[in-house]
Formats: sequence, C-alpha cells, structure tokens
Amino acid sequence: MFGLKDDWELEVPERYFTLEDYEGGTARWCPGCGDLAVLTAVQRICRDEQLPPEKTVCVSGIGCSSRFPHYMKTYGFHGLHGRALPVACGVKSRRPDLTVWVATGDGDCCSIGAGHWVHAIRYNMDMVVMLFDNAIYGLTKNQTSPTSPQGLHTNTHPRGAWLPPLNPTAATLGFANVSFVAQTVDWNPAHLYATLVRAYEHKGLSFVRILQRCPTYTSQVFAEMQKDPSQLLLLTGGDNPELDAATARTFPNQQAHDSRDLAAARRVAEQHEPLPIGVLYRDPERPRYEDFTTVGLGMSDADKLVGLERELDKFSV
Amino acid sequence: MTSTTPGAGATAARPGKAPAQRVREHIVEIVSDSGEGAQKAGQTYGAVSAKMGNGVWTVEIIPAEIKPPARSRAGASGIRVRVGSEKVTNTGDQADLVVALNEQVLYGRIEQKAYKPGTIVLLESKWAKDPREEVRRDYAAALVEFRALGLDVREVALEEACQQVAQDVRVGKNMFVLGMLCHITCRDLDRAMEEVAFVFAKKGPAVIARNQDLVRAGHAFGEQVLEQRYEIPPREITRRMMVLNGNQAIALGVMAAGIEMVAMYPITPATSVSHHLASAFRGVGGVVHQAEDEIAAIGFAIGASYAGKTACTVTSGPGLALKTEFLGLAVMAEVPLVFVLVQRGGPSTGLPTKVEQGDLLAALYGQPGDTPKIVIAPATIEECLHFVVTARKLAEAFRMPVMLLTDANLATGVQPIPRPEVAADWLAPPLDQSPWQQGVTAYDWDLDTGLSPRPVPGQKGGEYVLTGLAHTKNAKVAYDPDSNQTGCAMRSRKLAVFGESLRPPQVHGDAEGDLLVVGWGSTLGSIEEAVDRARAEGQRVSALHLRFLSPLEPGLAEIFARFRRVVTVEINYSDAPGAPHVTKDNRRIAQLAQLLRTHTLMDIDCWSNVAGQPIQPGAIHAEISRRLQALRGES
Ligand SMILES: Cc1ncc(C[n+]2csc(CCOP(=O)(O)OP(=O)(O)O)c2C)c(N)n1
Ligand SMILES: [Mg+2]
Repeated sequence: MFGLKDDWELEVPERYFTLEDYEGGTARWCPGCGDLAVLTAVQRICRDEQLPPEKTVCVSGIGCSSRFPHYMKTYGFHGLHGRALPVACGVKSRRPDLTVWVATGDGDCCSIGAGHWVHAIRYNMDMVVMLFDNAIYGLTKNQTSPTSPQGLHTNTHPRGAWLPPLNPTAATLGFANVSFVAQTVDWNPAHLYATLVRAYEHKGLSFVRILQRCPTYTSQVFAEMQKDPSQLLLLTGGDNPELDAATARTFPNQQAHDSRDLAAARRVAEQHEPLPIGVLYRDPERPRYEDFTTVGLGMSDADKLVGLERELDKFSV
Repeated sequence: MTSTTPGAGATAARPGKAPAQRVREHIVEIVSDSGEGAQKAGQTYGAVSAKMGNGVWTVEIIPAEIKPPARSRAGASGIRVRVGSEKVTNTGDQADLVVALNEQVLYGRIEQKAYKPGTIVLLESKWAKDPREEVRRDYAAALVEFRALGLDVREVALEEACQQVAQDVRVGKNMFVLGMLCHITCRDLDRAMEEVAFVFAKKGPAVIARNQDLVRAGHAFGEQVLEQRYEIPPREITRRMMVLNGNQAIALGVMAAGIEMVAMYPITPATSVSHHLASAFRGVGGVVHQAEDEIAAIGFAIGASYAGKTACTVTSGPGLALKTEFLGLAVMAEVPLVFVLVQRGGPSTGLPTKVEQGDLLAALYGQPGDTPKIVIAPATIEECLHFVVTARKLAEAFRMPVMLLTDANLATGVQPIPRPEVAADWLAPPLDQSPWQQGVTAYDWDLDTGLSPRPVPGQKGGEYVLTGLAHTKNAKVAYDPDSNQTGCAMRSRKLAVFGESLRPPQVHGDAEGDLLVVGWGSTLGSIEEAVDRARAEGQRVSALHLRFLSPLEPGLAEIFARFRRVVTVEINYSDAPGAPHVTKDNRRIAQLAQLLRTHTLMDIDCWSNVAGQPIQPGAIHAEISRRLQALRGES
C-alpha cells in the first residue's frame, strides 16, 4: 500500500449488475400482457450488456405500455401521450453518453405522435424505439387504434373498425433516413431478445415493432398466430440474429433476407401472411442527428466567454 | 448641383442655405414597396446616429405578406427611426420627415396615424410621368389628398437623381436615400461611410465603394431637396454601447446564460431569435434544434433539460397553444426550462407581425390544472438580454419553467444599450455527475419552501422516473388525496418563496397622486414619456411598471392606495366602456388589470387597444389628461 507499484491504477470496486439492478418494482400490467415479456427482455439486455443503470434512460409516452420506465430501476421519463420521441431525442441531443430506450404504444406512436415518428426516424439518433403494438388503445379501454384490424369490434367502433390498419413497419421503411427496422413478437422470448439485442447494437435509431398481446381487449387478434408458428416468416441471414437451433426449428417458414436492400425490406414489410419477423432493414451509414447537436459539447467556460465577447463585438458601436 | 462624380464626393457636409435647426429629437420614416432596401437604409441611419451618441429607437414597418403587390396601400415596408439627444425608449408619436418611394404605401401609414399636419413628405415624383394612366391619376389624387391632410409633400425626382450614379436604381436607391437623410439631419458622413463599409463587408470592396458613392451622391443631393436641416445634438458616449433589437438581445442572453440548446419551430415574430443563434451559437458551443412542430420543440427542450442541460424554447402565441401540455408537464415534474414568448396579435393566427400583449393570462393560466411558474417580462431591449440570464438561474434554482414574455415591439425595435460586462458566473454550472446522496429522494421537498434538489441522469443512485402523473416525493405515482394536495402545495410554495426575495417596484414620479399608470413589457418607454409630459404640465400622475407577473412584486396594494385612480395601459383587448351591452358588471377588461384586481381587490381600470401598433406616448398622454380632467370634474 505504501510502495509505488509501476502498474498502479485507481482501485475501482468492480460493479457487476444483476437483473435485480434493473427491476423497478412489480409491474402492474394485466396477467398475460405481452408488455411483461418485453420488460424482461430489456432487463436481460441491460444485464448482459452491463449498462450502468444511472447511464440508462427509458422514455415513454402514455398508455399501458408507456408504464415501462416505472418498472425499470434506471432513469426514466414517463411523459405525455404521443410525445416520447421528442423527449428522447432531446435527452440524447446533449447527452450522447446515455443509453436511451423508448417505449411507445400503437396509439402513442402511430396516431397522436405520428408526426414525431416520421421525424425521429429521420433524426436517426442512437436509441432503441420499441413499438408495443397491441392493435388497440389499452389504457383508455378498448378504442380503435390505427393498427386495429379492419372489422375489430371496439368501444369506438362497436360494429367493427371501418378502415384497414396502418402498417407501422412498412410506413417506417418509407421515412427518410431510416436506418434500422425490425419486427418481432412478444410470445417468442428468444426472438424478441435477439432482435432487441440487434437493435441495441445498431448505432442510430432502431425501430422495433413488437406484436404485443393484450389479453383484455385483443386476445383474439394474435391468438391464431401465437398457436400456429407457420403464420410467421422467420427472416434469416444478413443482420438477423442467430437463433439457437431449437428456437429456429420452431419456425416452419424461413426466408433468407438481405437487410441492406431497402426495396427488398419494403416488399417483405408489406407481407402479412405469413408475417415476417426479424431485421428487415439496416443501414449503419445513415447520418445521425446527434453528430450535429453535440457540436461544442464540453467547451470550456473560458472559450465560451471568448466566443460571447466576439458576438457582443458584432453589435458594439 | 444634382450629383457628384462617383468616387469624388466631398466627405464634409456642405453648409446648407440656412443654419441647421436644433431639435431635441427627430423621427424619420422611409416607406416603400418591400424589397427596396428601406430597412437597410434606416438601420444604417440608426447605427450612425447611435455611434454619434444619439438616443435611437428603430422599428421596422413590415407588411404581413412577403411580397405584397407593388404600390399597394397595405404593402408599406420600411422603417421608422427616432433619434434624440437623450435616450430614446420608444418609437414616438408622429413622424417629422418621411421619404416615400411611392404614394400608395403612405395610405397605410396615414391610417396608422404615423403622420401629423406638417410632417414633411419627400415623395418620389417619377409616378407623375408613369406610362400607365391610372398610375398618374392615382399619384395626382394622392397629392391632393395628402396635402388636404396637412402633410407637407415635396415631390422629389429621387430615381432620376440616383440614376446618374447607380448601376441599378432598384438596388441602389436606398443608399442614396440614406445619404440624403444624413444631409438633412446633419449626420456625420464619415461615420456613415464606415457603417456602409461594415454593412457590406462580406460583399467586398467594390460593392462597398459603390454604396459609399451612392451615399455621397445622396448627401449632395439632399441640399437641394430641402432648404431646412435639422441638428439633433448627441451626447458624449461614456460607456461602450451595442445597437441591437430585442430578439438579438434574447439570443445574446441565451448565450450569456450558458444555455446550450434552443429548440424552436419558426413563427413570427419569434423566429429571428433562432436566426441570430443559428449563426452565432456555435461560437459558444450551443445548438439550435429546428423541430418538426412546437410540441416537439418544447418536448426536445424538456428532454435536454431533464438530462441536465437546461434548454430554451422560443415561440409566439400559436406556438404557446401547442406547447401548453408540455408546459404543464414541466411544472408538474419540476423541470427547469426557459420559455421565451414573443407575443403577437391574436387570437388564432391573428396579426403575425404586429404587437400585442395578449398572452399574459394564457401564460399564467393557460394550462389545465394548477401550473405555478415564474413569468417575467422585460421592458427594454437591455432587459431582454439580462432577463434570459436570470431566467436560467431561476429555472434551475426553483426547478420550474420560467416564461419570459416580450412582444413584436421589443423584438424588432433597435436601440443602443450598454454593452454588458459578462461574468463567468452567468454561465450554467457544469453538469453534476457526482453520485447522488443516499437517502435523498427525487423530490425531496423541503416542506417549508417546496424546494428540492434534482437528480440528473448519470448520477449514480439518483435513478428515478419523471412522471406527469401525480407523484410522491419518491417520484412514485400516487392517486391518493394527500399526495396530490402535497405535490400541488409544494410546487406553489416555491413561488411564494421566490416572491419573498422580490422588492416592491419603483414608482416613476411621485409616490402619491391622482393617477397611477401601470404597465408591463414593451410599453415602458411610451408610458413614462407620456407621464413625464403630463407631470411637466403639473399633473399629479405617476407610472409603475411590472417586470414580474408571477409571482407579482410585493407591495402593490400599498402603492396603489396612494393614488386616487389606478389604470393599466396595455396592448390587449378590453371592452370599451359604454359600448353596446357593455356594463360595469360585464365589461371584459385588460389582462394585467384583471390580474391586479384579483391580487389587490382594488378597483383598477384599464385603457387598452389591439390596433397592432405600439401605443404612442402622445395617445397615452391624451388619455391621462382626459382622465385627470374627469377626476377634477368629480371632485
Ligand atoms: C393528449 C392526450 N390525449 C388522450 C389521452 C388519453 N390516452 C391515454 S393512453 C391513450 C391510448 C393508449 O393506447 P396505446 O398508445 O396504443 O397504448 P396501450 O395502452 O395500448 O399500450 C389515450 C388515448 C392522453 N393521456 N393524453
Ligand atoms: Mg396499444
């Protein structure tokens, strides 16, 4: 202790994070709600990637799924309905050191927050955006969402939803500067986890649409698909996650997909039966908005004062 | 003597035929179709005057459309410059001298009461010879009309004279006019040359020389335009001054406050704040985010603030409407935020380019639920700069949004102000990333003051979830009656605590009298000028100007009690007393008056209008006189 060691280094107690370090209290979603599976997957990724909880921020809007940050023991921002993305982008704008996860519902993202959705994709700031798509407004109790299937009986359309649904995956692939689009389901934990890892690893905005069961209002919407894996099409190759053999074997339909080919991604995204899951598109080269918003970060006060005097000079007489 | 040889003009002013008449102040306007450079000429004229040591107030005359049709009555584009021996605090009453590049644009200004009998109008005369018959007819009719109104119209062959030196009169005429005005009002020609060089610095020496020639030629031409010259003796300059408008002052304030992020969506008359920042912000390490809409702009700013970099958002009325929900969130979740609101005429899209103080109550109360926040209103261009610095500190100290209300009058008014001595402690403190103190909760409210320290992402052990739902001091969502009551009380308490640190405002004039005129924001200069005039006539009138609207400065009731009558002067709507169906009971009164009535339980009257114009000191003076006369009738 008193002699100088030539390989001296600061003694930092090793921090190892366990799942518990990310568990922020009991989730109060309905039993069987798909949101739980997503929560578990994200907590596992945080643990596996050893993300310091204080450097992790979960941002959400309003909705059942937007309760997400409350169940994480990280920093969180449970803001306004539809407005998760501007907040998340603002967080990232001057704090590129923070890892940002966004939880948003199909109403939150694709209806009230649709404008921000288009633009956040274009800003392409480094974060994972998880669209919890249960095809319904859950929190407000069973109103039609933009992704509700046509004919779905809801409290606002008791005779069935009038219009065909919006396809969030295909729509996102149409937005400028899109850099990562994936699709997965809450009931396949291995695929969900592996897809979210890919999303986390991508530098840029990773948009992941998660088909999410709502046992209370839309249990029938994904029931068939859940029972019958042949209704899903597992995308393989390219940027797609490697699934373990056992999991992969559960998908009778598989397709090699070039996730660097935007036109191919768009074609695949338009497909419903079977529904493609995996990484549809990835382009690691798209410009990221934080490369612009972080300019000048860390400038010293002395330099700021010099800059300021220079500006004052311009107006001085 | 119509022109000088280009490049050979004498720089010294020629002696005029008559000695220049000394005046304490002088108001000129240049009005034209848009795109004729009137504003640049006027700004340069104002800058030259400021450099000479004169008090100056410059305000642009802006048509609502980008390119209104040529020669249209409502299309007046131009500038007014009021120059005085003393400090000038407002745009003044009617102009003394007008240069008009066509007669049609004068109609709009006449409607706006910009001129008086005797105002000298130097009117471009080329329209008399225009090939279009209707133009000639309109021109002739206007001459008759204007003269009937008492305007002293002088027809001047401006373009013809300018043609002899300009390559292109369309772009050169403004500098020619500048030179002419410099002659008429005895401006220092050398300074004008310097200023022209400064203004065109980016365009290179050839352009500078060409424009300087135009100014010289205009200067020489000025001699034969008007027999009369005016001298507005300047004062010696003792402090370093800056010449700028209110939006530029806000931009500089943002930088001086150490704010690094301004998120905005373009909206008149707030946008130019971001223009100044967009070019200058980088120099101090800051960025402007032009968001996809106002909701996103404030959301982005709140995100940055939450993450430890107190941000600023800048908007005007319609933008405030969109930002409402987020503003409530910032109050609820106690996020520091600087919210600049440059007011314009409303409601709805209203009068985009014109002044109004119509958003006071919307700022204070326009969000659902109880939303206590600090609201301050700079009254001068200088205060625009300093208040932003204060706002950031208050926002952080009190963990709440601070709204700064200015208006189109401050935004576009240009004035010399003392150059601030910026100190390092104006800048934001460095981001605190030290571990969070164990046992301190995310909203560890001091139950006496409501104040609490704020954890910032990156602080180990401070992890919490910010929520707009009712919450406890642990940031846990809580729907029980006590938690919400406590949360609301804590957020409100902070205002009371801040209010305690304020001092009663200073009365301008005697501390007691017959009438007290109360104002807020950009009307300060006009109100005090009007009050000073009335006081010089022996009237017992004083003025009081409020900078803090939430919380209000203390001692107002005591101040008001020493006057027989209290009246607010505001640029927002109130029912005219005696209008059909309007009674004493149902009359809708101006916004500050409403606020002060609630606050003091006193009978406070108002005098307000929504003409979209700065209220002229003369009009306020007339109203003061009318009220005092009525009061004398009563007693
Ligand atoms: C401005 C605003 N409008 C409406 C609401 C009510 N609201 C809360 S959540 C929600 C929809 C939630 O649906 P979704 O985003 O799909 O989330 P889910 O509950 O299904 O997870 C609505 C309409 C609100 N909170 N704020
Ligand atoms: Mg939903």
